[in-house]
Amino acid sequence: MLCNTRAWGGASVSLHTISVLVENKPGALVRVAMMFARRGYNIESLAVGPTERHDVSRITIRVDCATRSLEQIEKQMHKLVNVLRVRELESEEAVERELALFTVATPPERRAELMTLADAFHARVADVGPDALVFEVVGEPHELDSFEELVRPHGIREMVRTGRVGLHRASTRRERRPQHVLR
Amino acid sequence: MKMTGADAVLRSLEAEGVEVAFGIPGGAILPTYDAFARGTTVRHVLARHEQGAGHMAEGYARASGRVGVAIATSGPGATNLVTPIADAWMDSTPIVCITGQVRTTLIGTDAFQECDIVGVTIPVVKHSWLVQDVREIPGVIKAAFHVAQTGRCGPVLVDVPRDIQEAEIDFRYPDEVDLPGWRPPTRGHPRQITEAAKRIAAAEKPVLYVGGGVLNAEACPELLDLAQVGRLPVITTLMGKSAFPETHELHFGWPGMHGPKWSNYAMNKADLLIACGARFDDRVTGKLSAFAPGASVVHLDIDAAEIGKLRSADVPVVGPLRHVLGDIAIELRRLQADGRPPQTDAWLRQIAEWRDEFPLRYAENDHVLKPQHVLEVLQELTADRDDMVWTTGVGQHQMWAMQYLRCRRPRTFITSGGLGTMGYGVPAAVGAKAARPDATVVCVDGDGCFQMTCQELATAVLEDLPIVVVLINNGYLGMVQQWQNMFFDDRLSQVHLTHQVPDYAQLAEAYGAAGFTVDSDDDLVSTLEAALGGGRTAVVDCRVDPREQCFPMIPAGAAALDMLEYTGEEAVRAE
Repeated sequence: MLCNTRAWGGASVSLHTISVLVENKPGALVRVAMMFARRGYNIESLAVGPTERHDVSRITIRVDCATRSLEQIEKQMHKLVNVLRVRELESEEAVERELALFTVATPPERRAELMTLADAFHARVADVGPDALVFEVVGEPHELDSFEELVRPHGIREMVRTGRVGLHRASTRRERRPQHVLR
Repeated sequence: MKMTGADAVLRSLEAEGVEVAFGIPGGAILPTYDAFARGTTVRHVLARHEQGAGHMAEGYARASGRVGVAIATSGPGATNLVTPIADAWMDSTPIVCITGQVRTTLIGTDAFQECDIVGVTIPVVKHSWLVQDVREIPGVIKAAFHVAQTGRCGPVLVDVPRDIQEAEIDFRYPDEVDLPGWRPPTRGHPRQITEAAKRIAAAEKPVLYVGGGVLNAEACPELLDLAQVGRLPVITTLMGKSAFPETHELHFGWPGMHGPKWSNYAMNKADLLIACGARFDDRVTGKLSAFAPGASVVHLDIDAAEIGKLRSADVPVVGPLRHVLGDIAIELRRLQADGRPPQTDAWLRQIAEWRDEFPLRYAENDHVLKPQHVLEVLQELTADRDDMVWTTGVGQHQMWAMQYLRCRRPRTFITSGGLGTMGYGVPAAVGAKAARPDATVVCVDGDGCFQMTCQELATAVLEDLPIVVVLINNGYLGMVQQWQNMFFDDRLSQVHLTHQVPDYAQLAEAYGAAGFTVDSDDDLVSTLEAALGGGRTAVVDCRVDPREQCFPMIPAGAAALDMLEYTGEEAVRAE
């Protein structure tokens, strides 16, 4: 199992993406979130929304597995009655996207430079102000990280990220991993 | 058939075969209590505190193997159930709690006696439902009972608003549950079973580490068979006590913080730990990194999440223990027929030698009653009986009960392990008696614990559910006193309750029970016999040495083999 490991201020984090199908019933999301909190699993980001079935929602969670294994987290999830299916979304096997909005300080002399930067990332200008622009970036999460890094020296007034969502690739054949078989 | 939601609740309980429910009425649950009054086959036991009702449901479930039912009103009635719910969560006890809720139109307005009990209990229930349409009631109750008792057992909560109870429903009890996300395992994986049997056959120093899961799984006969086939020593945890007959030659005690030295030696010097329905709890392991360092682990459990949670398993087997233990025994017999007989004789002899060398000890004393002596006498007086069911509170008395009582039949030792709830003993005994009217139910309690829930003596007396309470009265919060003595330089802080406030015998009499006071060995046997044989609720106040400590003890954070032992010095101190 590959880990996406980043060193951050000395402590290493190992982040994984889990895609969870839950019944579209009141309380389903809060039960998942509270279980994570109670067990001390750190949620880096979370996105939830409807699926192709009206009675099923999908929660995409980016979780830090430094202290507890992904396997343990998945097993605890399966104990929740509303949870229908839990799958890891490994980067090589998934299509992942995220959206971010950045309000960037842009004095007139810097505007052109920033627009060129935005073009490189296929970012749209969502709003224009006298001394700032709001950029909208959609792409793979690491592309958003790069855009943020490049734009930071100019001054980010505010930003928001949706958290990543993802689906397994249509192009690779997905192996059905049997549940509860442990190595 | 047309009826109200409240009627539907009762008809659903009846359809589930519920024989008794424990509860207290209140505003938001009035329609359901009216349904009780209009007639039902479900017996209702009126408690004196909802916490008592909740622990009664737990005691009932533990004694019978059936789902316990507790009913309360909204707001404070519901919040009073939180402790028993959390207790059932920690000990995997199947209970269904039904709470009234304010009218749907008032939810979220801070109405009178409104509390988001579903929100409050999310971390301590397997699942819960807030019923929002009267037509959901039959399906929800069916699902509630199903979830409570399948997979790893535990508590569930059903919150029913008052207007839903009053609304009309055309009642039909469903044939199937509608829980697409709920698929507990039904059988262990055959390859894992074979591997487990191989490891057992090859082990020279195996230990069957047996937890409460074996009792929940009704797998005691299969455990006995496996132990005998493999000539395996059995060590039962506090929650597993009574899963294996303690007079059997293969039973070797109880592990953990207050387990006897020989049991902890066996656990920690084993070459193979076969964990059955046990979870490597910190009370058992002591310092986890030092626990059973030389042992491979075969971990058998219905809950996959427990396997590898604290100790990695070399052979994990997920499945119901009745099938798993049975299948392993079959495999083991096959291996033995193939020329691999058990090689455990030397190991069994070694553990027996440790038991002879390091028996439980305490200072005998002519001037003051010793708590361990009271337990020994209780055990002697009841040794030949087949009908004993014991419950306990939490504390030193609980540990002495674990050490000195000998249980031979399953579901005869009912105690609060995971949450460690003081006050569990008396109401759990009442619930156990409701499950086992034929049994002699004795609650071994501490004076601190007793004062937390003794109002349920009224329930025992008035509902004709007689219990005998043997109070190990040292006048202190004994276990807290012990820790302050050992780890805080004997600076006692807020632990002195006194022996005689209240006068427990008088308190018992005030509740319509028989009250006895014993403070010396002279009257101990005759008084206990009178209480046990009296046929009515009784409290025997045994005034014991106030500063007796419970040994052995593994201090918190210490390795199991670094346990503190009784050193033979006198421990009597004047009060």
